[in-house]
Amino acid sequence: MSVNEIIEHALKGEILPRSVQIFGPEIALCLTILALLFVRMFEIHRRLPTNLVALLGALIAFLGVFSQFMYVKGGSEIPAMMALFQAWGLTPEGVGEVGPYFTGLLVHDQFSVFFRLGLCLFLVLMIALTVLSGIPDSEDGQDFYTLLIGSSVGMMLACGANHLLTLFLAVEMMSVPSYAMVAFQKGRRQASEAALKYVIYGAGAAGVMLYGLSLVAGVLGTASMPELAAQVSTAFAGGSFVLTNPVAVTLALGILMVLAGLAFKLSLVPFHFWCPDAFEGAAAEVGGFLSVASKAGAFALLVRFCIALTGNPDPSLAGLNLSLGIGLGVAAAVTATFGNLAAYSQKNMKRLLAYSTIAHAGYMLMAVSALVIIRGANPSGVPGLTSAGLDAEARRCLEALLYYLAVYLFMNLGAFAIVALIRNQIFSEEIEDYRGLAGEAPVLCVCMLICLFSLVGLPPLGGFWAKLEIFASLFQAGRVHWFMWVVLGIAAVNTVFSLFYYMRVLKSMFLTERPVGARSALVPFRSAPGLYVVMVSVPVLLLGVLAGPLSQTANNVARILLR
Amino acid sequence: MSNDAILLSATIFLPAIAALFLAGFDKKAVEAMRMYTLAVTVIVFGLTIAVLGRFDASNGDMQMLVKASWIPTWNIYYQLGVDGISMTLVLLTAFVFVLAAMASWSIKDKVKGYLMLFLILETGVLGVFLSLDFFLFYVFWEVMLLPMYFLIGVWGGPRREYAAIKFFLYTLFGGVLMLIAMLMFYFNSAGSELAGGESVFDLLTLMKIAQAGQFNQQIQIIAFVLLFIGFAIKLPSFPVHTWLPDAHVEAPTPISMILAGILLKLGGYGIIRIAMPLCPYGTQYAAYALVALGVFSIIYGAFAAMAQTDFKRLVAYSSVSHMGYVLVGLAVWKINESGATVGINHWQMGLSGAMFQMLAHGVSSAGMFFMVGVVYDRVHHRDLNKFGGLMQKMPHYSALAVVIFFAGLGLPGLCGFIGEAFVVLSTWNFSPLLAIIAASGVILTAGYILWTVQRVYLGPEYKGPHAEDLTPINGREATIGWIIAIFAVVLGVYPYMMLGMMETSVEKLTQDLAAGYNASMDPAAESVTSVSE
Repeated sequence: MSVNEIIEHALKGEILPRSVQIFGPEIALCLTILALLFVRMFEIHRRLPTNLVALLGALIAFLGVFSQFMYVKGGSEIPAMMALFQAWGLTPEGVGEVGPYFTGLLVHDQFSVFFRLGLCLFLVLMIALTVLSGIPDSEDGQDFYTLLIGSSVGMMLACGANHLLTLFLAVEMMSVPSYAMVAFQKGRRQASEAALKYVIYGAGAAGVMLYGLSLVAGVLGTASMPELAAQVSTAFAGGSFVLTNPVAVTLALGILMVLAGLAFKLSLVPFHFWCPDAFEGAAAEVGGFLSVASKAGAFALLVRFCIALTGNPDPSLAGLNLSLGIGLGVAAAVTATFGNLAAYSQKNMKRLLAYSTIAHAGYMLMAVSALVIIRGANPSGVPGLTSAGLDAEARRCLEALLYYLAVYLFMNLGAFAIVALIRNQIFSEEIEDYRGLAGEAPVLCVCMLICLFSLVGLPPLGGFWAKLEIFASLFQAGRVHWFMWVVLGIAAVNTVFSLFYYMRVLKSMFLTERPVGARSALVPFRSAPGLYVVMVSVPVLLLGVLAGPLSQTANNVARILLR
Repeated sequence: MSNDAILLSATIFLPAIAALFLAGFDKKAVEAMRMYTLAVTVIVFGLTIAVLGRFDASNGDMQMLVKASWIPTWNIYYQLGVDGISMTLVLLTAFVFVLAAMASWSIKDKVKGYLMLFLILETGVLGVFLSLDFFLFYVFWEVMLLPMYFLIGVWGGPRREYAAIKFFLYTLFGGVLMLIAMLMFYFNSAGSELAGGESVFDLLTLMKIAQAGQFNQQIQIIAFVLLFIGFAIKLPSFPVHTWLPDAHVEAPTPISMILAGILLKLGGYGIIRIAMPLCPYGTQYAAYALVALGVFSIIYGAFAAMAQTDFKRLVAYSSVSHMGYVLVGLAVWKINESGATVGINHWQMGLSGAMFQMLAHGVSSAGMFFMVGVVYDRVHHRDLNKFGGLMQKMPHYSALAVVIFFAGLGLPGLCGFIGEAFVVLSTWNFSPLLAIIAASGVILTAGYILWTVQRVYLGPEYKGPHAEDLTPINGREATIGWIIAIFAVVLGVYPYMMLGMMETSVEKLTQDLAAGYNASMDPAAESVTSVSE
């Protein structure tokens, strides 16, 4: 359907084609970008601040995804939501169906809706944070928000990727604006240096990834993800996956290169070098965006890619699944350990959080590796687990990842937001300068405590439940292959490692006195920043105490994705 | 909700809710906040007495069961209950918290934050003792870490930051091991028809599965080791005790009282409630090692205490020594070649002795730390070699202190004697050699306590710094001292007050364990979980 036809439909008030319906929130975000640019062009940004335009646009998109989410979750019969459903023109044929849409490029399943909901929520919270923290200023607003929203649209595409081409497009679309965002504080040499590092790494990784995609598509003769698994079986035609087989070598190389590209986005060791520099150079707000949203988008892609490859439990391909799973497991264990150990010696808060981000990417990758291992298991070969049991365990792995990401959204955003808000008061991001802040800004410090303890994984906070789910899926994957128990052990030890550096921040805030003459940071509870951090921290606590509903939802999402 | 549910939940959560209200107090109303906190702890103590009123000591099973769904997708329940073993410890907890609240007048700085954390800590401890769902147990277990870290780290002595993080790291490490063991039980329970084919965290169901021998031997051994390390850190037992002297020395007096009086008991309680019932085979497998480790802790702790010059460090090492008896008493489980338990009465005596030792130590060590705190508040040092002659300057205080230190020594007629005697007697059945070594620990204990009393309270005259500040104890301090001294005597003269409460529960525990061990040896029962290797 051409653009003209769509516009004609819309003008006549007819029911829009499905692809447009599901794409509503993305279209709303694109219109927001246009509105932002027009506001600045016609110089009305003094009366109508660009951050409000962006916030409004993000909210509209969020409502769109939210109504899709509720529609998919609870059906069309939720009385309270009827108005919203109608406003977004949701119909059973449109939003109720998985797709694929756009000639097979995108799917619209629960998994995609879940991720898009998270991303839109994050976008709203992020823009609200920039309103509070004053980065960017009113003259630069349109540039910053255009990049931010543009990158978010790329991530939303990533969630629904159904084709290797979409996968690449999405990665580029979320990366390119983030390069510019890192360099956004133009006057700072550090920011420019960080952005240059980031862009060079990024370009390299993108090139490698594109080559890998072309190898995979070339060997398998298709780039459509649902067909990959079947094509893998055909390509081997009874031969097994060993490295003496030239097809296997080419395919393995292709997969490895694609994973390298994704690993760059996830900042996995050894593709993490850009991460601490970029986080330190960029504003804390941008750091928060990179560490949460772009991780979520990349994980969505990784899960889709891995599921596409392991979809066919052909015994001759067990080798492929096993080596993929163990490879991811090794990368996850190394990443988590490296991130936690390297964070020890950090003095700058943003660098510390960058290493913590690396470590958490490692934990989350453990869930993916467990998923791949369990999906690749031979149903008759695992004692104590039936075929249905294996399916349940695979769902559990994905549930763990989704839950982790949901908690991670709040706890990491909270930590970065507090760093940004404290920076606005004391003009420093050094842990040293946080000494004794608890006396002056108790609300910021207590919320920081909640976020950091949740990052460690202590009950009763959300991070604990998320980590427990990952541990549980690793434990069960260990029944398929013992190596997962080793990964579990490493993950457990890492939890103890991580305590030390998070506590260093809290020690500085709570256990020492504010030095005489230090810049004061009075942030009362009843102020916009105070309420904002409380609003972000309360879900961290709630997700720990009432884990039932979200874990149930995540499990349903996983069930439909793995069907 | 039933009455039991309301009563038990109120006991656990009242302190935490009260802590929230504390936030509404004006910063300057220090006295009001202290009185309020004291009132809350007294009410909680009243609630535990109410629990005792509904408790039937002749029944060895779990009573007042409360079960409500919490996280249904994972079969996690909000499940509470008491039996004779937890009942006594709940009473001890509420009791020591009242005393510690009275001792908290010595905290002058940031009183509001201190009292809030203090109350949250009480919720965590009571939650551990009352929860019957492994997940809930774990949550409460870890919830205690945060208040404890800050209570030591903010209000502690000069090396408080080091001590606080050391405490935190050790306990978290143990907690993570416990978490893995928890997952092992959770997933392996799915193989048993007793859990209805589902994975459960419910401790009662898990105990039944263990009793039927449906966790195989390998799982039991691995899980027991993981759990034991976790609990031994808390107990603490050699070689994972090193956090304790640091934490004790740096913690403020009321927190030392809680740490020694209650938190150490969590380790022993965890072994009795979780490690042993869930791994009968593992327990028996490790029994000799446990007793030997306990005996070594007794001797090691006593020698270490003797070498100290810091008064608080001495008391801290005496805790290591005293908790060694607990470990010995728990593990004196002897079997013959066919796997039948030999002399189950002796083992019951050992278990009762271990439990009584925990209670007695809860009273006497809290008292000892308080007594150290009283002089420290006056002269601001704890160097044993600079004391002497306190009996002349503070006769009232010194008399109370000597009684309490003698209770710690284990003088017959005072509370410390019963537990040690029971444990040593029951060890004779297990291994005469170890019994003799354990008994010689009593002499060492007498040695360092008498020497301490001599160096601190006796002697002609106090020659250390701040001699002019040695004022007689005030009414509040005397009240705490008298309460502790009276309980030390009462428990020593009439131990059945506590032993009677736990008798049936201890009996049931030993029988269940013996049955569980035999079932684990039976190859037919093993088939159910062998699949999970």
